[in-house]
Amino acid sequence: MEASSGQPRKTPLYEAHRALGAKMIDFGGWLMPVQYATGIIDEHQATRRAVGLFDVCHMGEVHFRGPRATDAVQRLVTGNIGALPNGHAAYVVACYPDGGVVDDLIVYRFERDHILIVVNAANVAKDVAWFRDNVGTWCEVTDASDETGLLAFQGPQAQQALQPLTDAPLATLKHHDFFPTATVAGVPVSIARTGYTAEDGFELFAPTAEVPRLWDALLGAAQAVGGKPVGLGARDTLRLEGRLSLYGNELTNQTTPLEAGLGWVVKFEAGEFIGKQALLKQRAEGPTRKLAGFVMVGRGIARHGYPIVDEAGARIGEVTSGSPGPTVGKNIGLGYVPAAKAEAGTRLLVDCRGKFIEAEVVKGPFYKRAG
Amino acid sequence: MSGSYPNDLLYTKDHEWARIDGTVATIGVTRFAVDQLGDVTQVDLPKEGEKVSQGDVFGSVESVKAVSDLFAPLSGKVVKVNSPLSESPENVNEEPYDEGWMIQIELSKPDEVKSLLDADAYQEFLRESAE
Repeated sequence: MEASSGQPRKTPLYEAHRALGAKMIDFGGWLMPVQYATGIIDEHQATRRAVGLFDVCHMGEVHFRGPRATDAVQRLVTGNIGALPNGHAAYVVACYPDGGVVDDLIVYRFERDHILIVVNAANVAKDVAWFRDNVGTWCEVTDASDETGLLAFQGPQAQQALQPLTDAPLATLKHHDFFPTATVAGVPVSIARTGYTAEDGFELFAPTAEVPRLWDALLGAAQAVGGKPVGLGARDTLRLEGRLSLYGNELTNQTTPLEAGLGWVVKFEAGEFIGKQALLKQRAEGPTRKLAGFVMVGRGIARHGYPIVDEAGARIGEVTSGSPGPTVGKNIGLGYVPAAKAEAGTRLLVDCRGKFIEAEVVKGPFYKRAG
Repeated sequence: MSGSYPNDLLYTKDHEWARIDGTVATIGVTRFAVDQLGDVTQVDLPKEGEKVSQGDVFGSVESVKAVSDLFAPLSGKVVKVNSPLSESPENVNEEPYDEGWMIQIELSKPDEVKSLLDADAYQEFLRESAE
Protein backbone atom coordinates (compact mmCIF):
# COMPACT_ATOMS: atom_id res chain seq x y z
CA MET A 1 0.00 0.00 0.00
CA GLU A 2 1.21 3.46 -0.73
CA ALA A 3 1.42 6.00 2.02
CA SER A 4 -1.29 8.57 1.56
CA SER A 5 -0.28 12.14 2.05
CA GLY A 6 -2.30 14.47 4.24
CA GLN A 7 -5.89 14.06 5.24
CA PRO A 8 -7.85 11.03 4.06
CA ARG A 9 -10.28 11.84 1.26
CA LYS A 10 -14.06 11.54 1.42
CA THR A 11 -16.29 9.93 -1.16
CA PRO A 12 -19.48 11.78 -2.20
CA LEU A 13 -21.30 9.52 0.27
CA TYR A 14 -19.43 10.46 3.44
CA GLU A 15 -22.43 12.27 4.94
CA ALA A 16 -24.79 9.49 3.87
CA HIS A 17 -22.63 6.92 5.67
CA ARG A 18 -22.52 9.00 8.83
CA ALA A 19 -26.29 9.39 8.74
CA LEU A 20 -26.58 5.59 8.50
CA GLY A 21 -24.52 5.16 11.66
CA ALA A 22 -21.35 4.02 9.94
CA LYS A 23 -18.05 3.66 11.72
CA MET A 24 -15.50 5.32 9.44
CA ILE A 25 -11.87 4.29 9.00
CA ASP A 26 -8.95 5.40 6.86
CA PHE A 27 -8.51 2.85 4.09
CA GLY A 28 -6.04 3.44 1.28
CA GLY A 29 -6.18 7.17 1.92
CA TRP A 30 -9.97 7.31 2.03
CA LEU A 31 -12.42 7.68 4.88
CA MET A 32 -14.65 4.66 4.33
CA PRO A 33 -17.39 2.91 6.28
CA VAL A 34 -16.01 -0.25 7.91
CA GLN A 35 -19.47 -1.15 9.17
CA TYR A 36 -22.89 0.35 9.81
CA ALA A 37 -25.01 0.16 12.93
CA THR A 38 -25.90 -3.54 12.83
CA GLY A 39 -22.37 -4.84 12.33
CA ILE A 40 -20.20 -6.87 10.00
CA ILE A 41 -21.86 -10.27 10.41
CA ASP A 42 -25.34 -8.90 9.79
CA GLU A 43 -24.15 -7.06 6.68
CA HIS A 44 -22.36 -10.17 5.45
CA GLN A 45 -25.49 -12.30 5.88
CA ALA A 46 -27.70 -9.67 4.23
CA THR A 47 -25.47 -9.80 1.14
CA ARG A 48 -25.57 -13.60 1.00
CA ARG A 49 -29.33 -13.68 1.57
CA ALA A 50 -30.65 -10.60 -0.26
CA VAL A 51 -28.48 -7.73 -1.47
CA GLY A 52 -25.72 -5.52 -0.14
CA LEU A 53 -24.97 -1.99 -1.34
CA PHE A 54 -21.31 -0.92 -1.28
CA ASP A 55 -19.69 2.46 -1.76
CA VAL A 56 -16.57 1.67 -3.76
CA CYS A 57 -16.01 5.20 -5.04
CA HIS A 58 -12.48 5.00 -3.65
CA MET A 59 -11.52 2.62 -6.46
CA GLY A 60 -9.69 4.16 -9.41
CA GLU A 61 -10.90 4.30 -13.02
CA VAL A 62 -8.31 4.64 -15.77
CA HIS A 63 -9.31 4.98 -19.43
CA PHE A 64 -7.14 3.95 -22.37
CA ARG A 65 -8.19 5.60 -25.61
CA GLY A 66 -6.68 5.52 -29.07
CA PRO A 67 -6.26 3.25 -32.07
CA ARG A 68 -3.76 1.05 -30.21
CA ALA A 69 -5.55 1.00 -26.85
CA THR A 70 -6.08 -2.77 -26.97
CA ASP A 71 -2.42 -3.39 -27.84
CA ALA A 72 -1.33 -1.11 -25.01
CA VAL A 73 -3.46 -2.84 -22.38
CA GLN A 74 -2.45 -6.24 -23.72
CA ARG A 75 1.16 -5.35 -23.01
CA LEU A 76 0.34 -4.22 -19.46
CA VAL A 77 -1.77 -7.13 -18.21
CA THR A 78 -1.81 -10.90 -18.17
CA GLY A 79 -5.23 -11.42 -19.77
CA ASN A 80 -6.14 -11.97 -23.39
CA ILE A 81 -7.45 -8.48 -24.09
CA GLY A 82 -7.34 -8.92 -27.86
CA ALA A 83 -9.85 -11.75 -27.55
CA LEU A 84 -12.11 -9.87 -25.13
CA PRO A 85 -15.35 -8.93 -26.88
CA ASN A 86 -16.65 -5.39 -26.64
CA GLY A 87 -18.92 -5.09 -23.62
CA HIS A 88 -17.03 -7.77 -21.71
CA ALA A 89 -14.85 -7.51 -18.60
CA ALA A 90 -11.98 -9.65 -17.36
CA TYR A 91 -10.12 -10.00 -14.08
CA VAL A 92 -6.37 -9.76 -14.65
CA VAL A 93 -3.18 -8.66 -12.97
CA ALA A 94 -0.44 -6.31 -14.11
CA CYS A 95 3.09 -7.51 -13.40
CA TYR A 96 6.56 -6.07 -13.14
CA PRO A 97 9.26 -7.62 -15.32
CA ASP A 98 10.21 -9.95 -12.43
CA GLY A 99 6.64 -11.26 -12.22
CA GLY A 100 5.72 -9.38 -9.03
CA VAL A 101 2.24 -7.90 -9.06
CA VAL A 102 1.70 -4.18 -9.72
CA ASP A 103 -2.02 -4.51 -9.04
CA ASP A 104 -5.02 -6.71 -9.67
CA LEU A 105 -7.48 -5.16 -12.06
CA ILE A 106 -10.74 -5.48 -13.89
CA VAL A 107 -10.44 -4.59 -17.55
CA TYR A 108 -13.63 -3.44 -19.29
CA ARG A 109 -13.45 -3.37 -23.07
CA PHE A 110 -15.82 -0.71 -24.44
CA GLU A 111 -14.38 -0.75 -27.98
CA ARG A 112 -11.12 -1.79 -29.56
CA ASP A 113 -9.99 1.83 -29.11
CA HIS A 114 -11.44 2.36 -25.63
CA ILE A 115 -10.67 0.27 -22.56
CA LEU A 116 -11.38 1.03 -18.91
CA ILE A 117 -9.30 -0.45 -16.10
CA VAL A 118 -10.53 -0.35 -12.50
CA VAL A 119 -7.63 -0.25 -10.04
CA ASN A 120 -7.32 -0.49 -6.28
CA ALA A 121 -7.76 2.74 -4.34
CA ALA A 122 -4.34 2.73 -2.70
CA ASN A 123 -2.64 2.03 -6.02
CA VAL A 124 -4.13 4.71 -8.28
CA ALA A 125 -1.10 6.99 -8.45
CA LYS A 126 1.35 4.09 -8.72
CA ASP A 127 -0.68 2.34 -11.41
CA VAL A 128 -1.29 5.42 -13.53
CA ALA A 129 2.42 6.22 -13.50
CA TRP A 130 3.26 2.60 -14.39
CA PHE A 131 0.70 2.54 -17.19
CA ARG A 132 1.90 5.83 -18.67
CA ASP A 133 5.56 4.80 -18.50
CA ASN A 134 4.80 1.61 -20.38
CA VAL A 135 2.27 2.53 -23.05
CA GLY A 136 4.37 5.34 -24.52
CA THR A 137 2.57 6.87 -27.44
CA TRP A 138 0.31 3.90 -28.14
CA CYS A 139 -2.71 5.52 -26.56
CA GLU A 140 -3.95 8.17 -24.20
CA VAL A 141 -4.15 7.22 -20.51
CA THR A 142 -6.70 9.22 -18.51
CA ASP A 143 -7.20 8.96 -14.76
CA ALA A 144 -10.95 9.49 -14.39
CA SER A 145 -11.07 8.43 -10.73
CA ASP A 146 -12.14 11.82 -9.42
CA GLU A 147 -15.08 12.25 -11.75
CA THR A 148 -16.23 8.61 -11.64
CA GLY A 149 -18.19 7.06 -8.80
CA LEU A 150 -18.62 3.30 -8.35
CA LEU A 151 -21.30 1.47 -6.38
CA ALA A 152 -21.62 -2.29 -6.00
CA PHE A 153 -25.02 -3.93 -5.66
CA GLN A 154 -24.40 -7.55 -4.76
CA GLY A 155 -26.42 -10.56 -3.73
CA PRO A 156 -28.87 -13.19 -4.94
CA GLN A 157 -31.70 -10.62 -5.11
CA ALA A 158 -29.60 -8.04 -6.98
CA GLN A 159 -31.18 -8.44 -10.40
CA GLN A 160 -34.72 -8.53 -9.09
CA ALA A 161 -34.14 -5.48 -6.90
CA LEU A 162 -32.33 -3.44 -9.54
CA GLN A 163 -34.57 -4.10 -12.53
CA PRO A 164 -37.40 -1.75 -11.48
CA LEU A 165 -34.91 1.14 -11.56
CA THR A 166 -33.78 0.63 -15.16
CA ASP A 167 -34.96 -0.21 -18.67
CA ALA A 168 -31.73 -2.12 -19.29
CA PRO A 169 -32.56 -5.82 -19.73
CA LEU A 170 -30.54 -7.15 -16.80
CA ALA A 171 -31.52 -10.77 -17.37
CA THR A 172 -29.59 -10.68 -20.67
CA LEU A 173 -26.43 -9.41 -19.01
CA LYS A 174 -24.12 -12.34 -18.40
CA HIS A 175 -21.49 -12.63 -15.70
CA HIS A 176 -18.60 -10.27 -16.52
CA ASP A 177 -20.53 -8.49 -19.28
CA PHE A 178 -21.49 -4.83 -19.09
CA PHE A 179 -23.80 -2.27 -20.61
CA PRO A 180 -21.61 0.74 -21.48
CA THR A 181 -24.54 3.13 -21.37
CA ALA A 182 -27.72 2.74 -19.37
CA THR A 183 -29.88 4.73 -16.99
CA VAL A 184 -30.63 3.74 -13.41
CA ALA A 185 -33.03 5.89 -11.41
CA GLY A 186 -32.50 8.67 -13.94
CA VAL A 187 -28.71 8.58 -13.57
CA PRO A 188 -26.49 7.82 -16.57
CA VAL A 189 -24.41 4.76 -15.72
CA SER A 190 -22.42 1.84 -17.01
CA ILE A 191 -23.72 -1.40 -15.49
CA ALA A 192 -21.38 -4.37 -15.15
CA ARG A 193 -22.21 -7.82 -13.86
CA THR A 194 -19.04 -7.93 -11.79
CA GLY A 195 -18.25 -7.85 -8.08
CA TYR A 196 -16.09 -8.90 -5.17
CA THR A 197 -18.46 -10.84 -2.92
CA ALA A 198 -18.75 -14.30 -4.52
CA GLU A 199 -22.41 -13.47 -5.20
CA ASP A 200 -24.25 -12.48 -8.33
CA GLY A 201 -24.46 -8.73 -8.61
CA PHE A 202 -23.71 -5.51 -10.40
CA GLU A 203 -21.28 -2.66 -10.30
CA LEU A 204 -22.50 0.73 -11.46
CA PHE A 205 -20.25 3.52 -12.69
CA ALA A 206 -21.75 7.00 -12.48
CA PRO A 207 -20.59 10.62 -12.60
CA THR A 208 -19.39 11.59 -9.11
CA ALA A 209 -21.97 14.37 -8.80
CA GLU A 210 -24.81 11.89 -9.40
CA VAL A 211 -23.58 9.30 -6.90
CA PRO A 212 -25.67 10.45 -3.90
CA ARG A 213 -28.86 10.27 -5.97
CA LEU A 214 -27.93 6.83 -7.30
CA TRP A 215 -27.02 5.61 -3.80
CA ASP A 216 -30.38 6.72 -2.40
CA ALA A 217 -32.26 4.88 -5.14
CA LEU A 218 -30.17 1.72 -4.73
CA LEU A 219 -30.47 1.84 -0.96
CA GLY A 220 -34.27 1.94 -1.27
CA ALA A 221 -34.17 -0.96 -3.73
CA ALA A 222 -31.90 -2.97 -1.44
CA GLN A 223 -34.01 -2.35 1.64
CA ALA A 224 -37.16 -3.34 -0.24
CA VAL A 225 -35.81 -6.90 -0.50
CA GLY A 226 -34.27 -7.05 2.97
CA GLY A 227 -30.86 -5.81 1.93
CA LYS A 228 -28.73 -3.07 3.42
CA PRO A 229 -25.61 -0.95 3.06
CA VAL A 230 -22.41 -2.90 3.64
CA GLY A 231 -19.03 -1.62 4.79
CA LEU A 232 -15.46 -2.70 4.19
CA GLY A 233 -15.52 -5.15 7.09
CA ALA A 234 -18.10 -7.40 5.47
CA ARG A 235 -16.62 -6.73 2.03
CA ASP A 236 -13.51 -8.41 3.39
CA THR A 237 -15.27 -11.45 4.89
CA LEU A 238 -17.37 -11.87 1.74
CA ARG A 239 -14.37 -11.82 -0.58
CA LEU A 240 -12.34 -14.06 1.72
CA GLU A 241 -15.08 -16.72 1.76
CA GLY A 242 -15.00 -16.55 -2.06
CA ARG A 243 -11.20 -16.85 -1.92
CA LEU A 244 -10.78 -13.62 -3.82
CA SER A 245 -7.40 -11.95 -3.45
CA LEU A 246 -6.80 -8.58 -1.84
CA TYR A 247 -3.93 -6.43 -3.05
CA GLY A 248 -1.57 -5.72 -0.16
CA ASN A 249 -2.42 -9.10 1.40
CA GLU A 250 -2.34 -11.99 -1.08
CA LEU A 251 -0.87 -9.90 -3.87
CA THR A 252 2.16 -7.60 -3.64
CA ASN A 253 5.21 -6.77 -5.70
CA GLN A 254 6.85 -9.70 -3.86
CA THR A 255 4.33 -12.30 -5.10
CA THR A 256 3.61 -13.59 -8.58
CA PRO A 257 0.18 -14.54 -9.92
CA LEU A 258 1.37 -18.16 -10.24
CA GLU A 259 2.25 -18.31 -6.54
CA ALA A 260 -1.08 -16.67 -5.71
CA GLY A 261 -3.09 -19.35 -7.52
CA LEU A 262 -4.02 -16.95 -10.29
CA GLY A 263 -2.51 -18.97 -13.11
CA TRP A 264 -5.93 -18.88 -14.75
CA VAL A 265 -5.64 -15.13 -15.38
CA VAL A 266 -2.23 -15.49 -17.01
CA LYS A 267 -2.77 -16.07 -20.73
CA PHE A 268 0.68 -16.88 -22.06
CA GLU A 269 -0.72 -17.39 -25.54
CA ALA A 270 -2.19 -13.89 -25.70
CA GLY A 271 1.03 -12.21 -26.74
CA GLU A 272 3.79 -10.28 -25.07
CA PHE A 273 3.12 -8.71 -21.70
CA ILE A 274 5.36 -7.32 -19.01
CA GLY A 275 6.55 -10.10 -16.73
CA LYS A 276 5.86 -12.90 -19.21
CA GLN A 277 9.44 -14.20 -19.35
CA ALA A 278 9.75 -14.36 -15.57
CA LEU A 279 6.38 -16.12 -15.30
CA LEU A 280 7.26 -18.61 -18.05
CA LYS A 281 10.42 -19.47 -16.16
CA GLN A 282 8.55 -19.84 -12.89
CA ARG A 283 5.89 -22.00 -14.55
CA ALA A 284 8.60 -24.28 -15.99
CA GLU A 285 10.40 -24.63 -12.66
CA GLY A 286 7.26 -24.67 -10.54
CA PRO A 287 6.72 -22.04 -7.84
CA THR A 288 8.56 -22.87 -4.60
CA ARG A 289 5.73 -21.42 -2.53
CA LYS A 290 2.02 -21.20 -3.06
CA LEU A 291 -0.98 -19.53 -1.57
CA ALA A 292 -2.99 -22.04 0.46
CA GLY A 293 -6.54 -21.69 1.71
CA PHE A 294 -7.10 -23.20 5.13
CA VAL A 295 -9.73 -23.70 7.78
CA MET A 296 -8.78 -23.57 11.43
CA VAL A 297 -9.12 -26.95 13.09
CA GLY A 298 -8.16 -25.75 16.55
CA ARG A 299 -9.70 -22.86 18.38
CA GLY A 300 -8.16 -19.71 16.95
CA ILE A 301 -8.41 -17.09 14.26
CA ALA A 302 -5.53 -16.57 11.87
CA ARG A 303 -4.79 -12.94 11.09
CA HIS A 304 -2.81 -11.12 8.40
CA GLY A 305 0.89 -11.41 9.27
CA TYR A 306 0.70 -14.38 11.67
CA PRO A 307 3.51 -16.89 11.02
CA ILE A 308 2.78 -20.38 9.71
CA VAL A 309 5.19 -22.73 11.47
CA ASP A 310 6.35 -26.34 11.51
CA GLU A 311 6.15 -28.66 14.56
CA ALA A 312 9.43 -27.25 15.86
CA GLY A 313 8.04 -23.72 15.66
CA ALA A 314 10.20 -22.67 12.71
CA ARG A 315 8.54 -20.24 10.36
CA ILE A 316 7.59 -21.80 7.00
CA GLY A 317 5.12 -19.20 5.75
CA GLU A 318 2.78 -16.39 6.60
CA VAL A 319 -0.94 -15.71 6.82
CA THR A 320 -2.08 -13.10 4.30
CA SER A 321 -5.74 -12.91 5.36
CA GLY A 322 -7.85 -14.58 8.02
CA SER A 323 -11.13 -14.10 9.82
CA PRO A 324 -14.26 -15.89 10.86
CA GLY A 325 -16.30 -16.93 7.81
CA PRO A 326 -19.83 -15.98 8.81
CA THR A 327 -21.49 -18.11 6.10
CA VAL A 328 -19.14 -21.09 6.16
CA GLY A 329 -19.26 -21.09 9.96
CA LYS A 330 -15.54 -21.70 10.34
CA ASN A 331 -12.46 -19.61 10.90
CA ILE A 332 -10.76 -19.39 7.52
CA GLY A 333 -7.61 -17.96 6.06
CA LEU A 334 -5.12 -17.69 3.24
CA GLY A 335 -1.36 -17.81 3.47
CA TYR A 336 1.85 -18.54 1.63
CA VAL A 337 3.48 -21.90 2.36
CA PRO A 338 6.11 -24.10 0.65
CA ALA A 339 4.51 -25.60 -2.46
CA ALA A 340 4.52 -29.11 -0.98
CA LYS A 341 2.43 -27.87 1.95
CA ALA A 342 -0.25 -26.31 -0.25
CA GLU A 343 -2.02 -29.59 -1.07
CA ALA A 344 -5.55 -30.09 0.22
CA GLY A 345 -5.61 -32.05 3.44
CA THR A 346 -2.19 -30.87 4.63
CA ARG A 347 -2.10 -29.91 8.28
CA LEU A 348 -0.51 -26.55 9.09
CA LEU A 349 0.20 -24.76 12.34
CA VAL A 350 -0.61 -21.08 12.67
CA ASP A 351 1.22 -19.13 15.35
CA CYS A 352 -1.71 -17.24 16.87
CA ARG A 353 0.09 -14.89 19.24
CA GLY A 354 2.29 -17.60 20.64
CA LYS A 355 -0.21 -20.44 20.51
CA PHE A 356 0.24 -22.95 17.69
CA ILE A 357 -3.23 -23.66 16.34
CA GLU A 358 -3.85 -26.40 13.82
CA ALA A 359 -5.31 -25.64 10.40
CA GLU A 360 -6.12 -27.80 7.38
CA VAL A 361 -5.49 -26.83 3.78
CA VAL A 362 -8.60 -26.91 1.59
CA LYS A 363 -8.99 -26.64 -2.14
CA GLY A 364 -10.97 -23.93 -3.89
CA PRO A 365 -13.28 -21.26 -2.47
CA PHE A 366 -14.60 -21.63 1.06
CA TYR A 367 -18.01 -20.55 -0.19
CA LYS A 368 -19.65 -21.07 -3.56
CA ARG A 369 -23.06 -19.68 -4.36
CA ALA A 370 -25.71 -22.08 -5.50
CA GLY A 371 -26.40 -22.39 -9.23
CA MET B 1 -25.43 7.59 27.49
CA SER B 2 -25.72 7.06 31.26
CA GLY B 3 -27.32 3.65 30.71
CA SER B 4 -24.20 2.60 28.84
CA TYR B 5 -22.07 2.87 32.00
CA PRO B 6 -23.93 1.69 35.11
CA ASN B 7 -23.20 3.58 38.30
CA ASP B 8 -22.71 0.44 40.39
CA LEU B 9 -19.63 -0.60 38.40
CA LEU B 10 -16.01 0.52 38.49
CA TYR B 11 -13.96 0.99 35.33
CA THR B 12 -10.42 1.02 33.92
CA LYS B 13 -8.84 3.05 31.15
CA ASP B 14 -8.39 -0.26 29.31
CA HIS B 15 -12.21 -0.41 29.08
CA GLU B 16 -12.86 -3.21 31.52
CA TRP B 17 -15.44 -3.02 34.29
CA ALA B 18 -15.59 -4.62 37.73
CA ARG B 19 -18.59 -5.24 39.96
CA ILE B 20 -17.40 -5.54 43.56
CA ASP B 21 -19.33 -7.81 45.93
CA GLY B 22 -17.43 -8.18 49.19
CA THR B 23 -14.11 -9.78 48.29
CA VAL B 24 -15.27 -11.02 44.90
CA ALA B 25 -15.15 -8.98 41.70
CA THR B 26 -17.02 -9.80 38.50
CA ILE B 27 -15.18 -8.55 35.42
CA GLY B 28 -16.10 -7.75 31.84
CA VAL B 29 -15.59 -5.17 29.08
CA THR B 30 -17.46 -1.89 28.69
CA ARG B 31 -20.00 -0.78 26.14
CA PHE B 32 -17.32 1.45 24.64
CA ALA B 33 -15.02 -1.55 24.18
CA VAL B 34 -17.82 -3.55 22.60
CA ASP B 35 -18.63 -0.74 20.17
CA GLN B 36 -14.99 -0.57 19.18
CA LEU B 37 -14.65 -4.33 18.77
CA GLY B 38 -17.72 -4.96 16.67
CA ASP B 39 -19.07 -8.51 16.48
CA VAL B 40 -17.28 -10.67 19.04
CA THR B 41 -16.67 -14.18 17.72
CA GLN B 42 -14.37 -15.75 20.30
CA VAL B 43 -13.44 -15.09 23.92
CA ASP B 44 -10.36 -16.70 25.48
CA LEU B 45 -10.40 -16.72 29.28
CA PRO B 46 -8.19 -18.16 32.04
CA LYS B 47 -9.16 -21.31 33.95
CA GLU B 48 -10.60 -21.40 37.43
CA GLY B 49 -7.83 -21.32 40.00
CA GLU B 50 -5.44 -19.27 37.89
CA LYS B 51 -4.10 -16.05 39.37
CA VAL B 52 -4.31 -12.70 37.63
CA SER B 53 -2.52 -9.45 38.46
CA GLN B 54 -3.84 -5.94 38.03
CA GLY B 55 -2.91 -4.57 34.61
CA ASP B 56 -1.80 -7.92 33.21
CA VAL B 57 -3.34 -9.69 30.24
CA PHE B 58 -5.81 -12.32 31.43
CA GLY B 59 -7.37 -13.28 28.12
CA SER B 60 -8.37 -12.02 24.69
CA VAL B 61 -11.40 -11.19 22.61
CA GLU B 62 -11.56 -11.90 18.90
CA SER B 63 -13.94 -9.88 16.77
CA VAL B 64 -14.44 -10.35 13.05
CA LYS B 65 -11.78 -7.76 12.32
CA ALA B 66 -9.21 -8.04 15.10
CA VAL B 67 -7.98 -9.56 18.33
CA SER B 68 -7.75 -7.52 21.55
CA ASP B 69 -6.19 -8.31 24.90
CA LEU B 70 -8.14 -8.27 28.14
CA PHE B 71 -6.41 -6.55 31.07
CA ALA B 72 -7.18 -7.51 34.66
CA PRO B 73 -8.63 -4.52 36.52
CA LEU B 74 -7.71 -6.13 39.87
CA SER B 75 -5.48 -8.87 41.26
CA GLY B 76 -6.78 -12.18 42.55
CA LYS B 77 -7.61 -15.81 41.92
CA VAL B 78 -10.13 -16.79 39.25
CA VAL B 79 -13.05 -18.46 41.03
CA LYS B 80 -15.55 -18.58 38.19
CA VAL B 81 -15.43 -18.33 34.40
CA ASN B 82 -18.37 -17.47 32.17
CA SER B 83 -17.95 -20.63 30.12
CA PRO B 84 -21.17 -20.17 28.05
CA LEU B 85 -19.32 -17.35 26.26
CA SER B 86 -17.37 -19.96 24.29
CA GLU B 87 -20.65 -21.02 22.68
CA SER B 88 -22.32 -17.59 22.71
CA PRO B 89 -19.64 -14.92 22.32
CA GLU B 90 -22.31 -12.55 20.99
CA ASN B 91 -23.47 -12.14 24.58
CA VAL B 92 -20.53 -9.78 25.00
CA ASN B 93 -22.02 -7.50 22.35
CA GLU B 94 -25.59 -7.81 23.48
CA GLU B 95 -25.24 -7.64 27.25
CA PRO B 96 -21.71 -6.60 28.19
CA TYR B 97 -22.67 -6.01 31.85
CA ASP B 98 -24.88 -9.06 32.30
CA GLU B 99 -24.65 -12.27 30.25
CA GLY B 100 -21.42 -10.94 28.74
CA TRP B 101 -19.42 -10.96 31.98
CA MET B 102 -16.14 -12.84 31.74
CA ILE B 103 -14.57 -13.92 35.01
CA GLN B 104 -15.02 -13.63 38.75
CA ILE B 105 -11.98 -13.27 40.96
CA GLU B 106 -11.37 -13.53 44.69
CA LEU B 107 -9.47 -10.31 45.39
CA SER B 108 -5.95 -10.70 46.74
CA LYS B 109 -5.33 -6.95 47.03
CA PRO B 110 -8.68 -5.34 47.85
CA ASP B 111 -7.04 -1.90 48.17
CA GLU B 112 -6.60 -1.87 44.40
CA VAL B 113 -10.30 -1.10 44.13
CA LYS B 114 -9.46 2.51 45.00
CA SER B 115 -7.45 2.83 41.79
CA LEU B 116 -10.49 2.22 39.57
CA LEU B 117 -12.69 4.89 38.02
CA ASP B 118 -16.34 5.43 38.87
CA ALA B 119 -18.88 5.78 36.05
CA ASP B 120 -18.57 9.58 35.89
CA ALA B 121 -14.77 9.53 35.85
CA TYR B 122 -14.74 6.82 33.16
CA GLN B 123 -17.11 8.76 30.93
CA GLU B 124 -15.01 11.88 31.47
CA PHE B 125 -11.99 9.81 30.38
CA LEU B 126 -13.86 8.69 27.24
CA ARG B 127 -14.74 12.30 26.39
CA GLU B 128 -11.13 13.40 26.81
CA SER B 129 -9.88 10.48 24.71
CA ALA B 130 -12.26 11.39 21.90
CA GLU B 131 -10.82 14.91 21.62
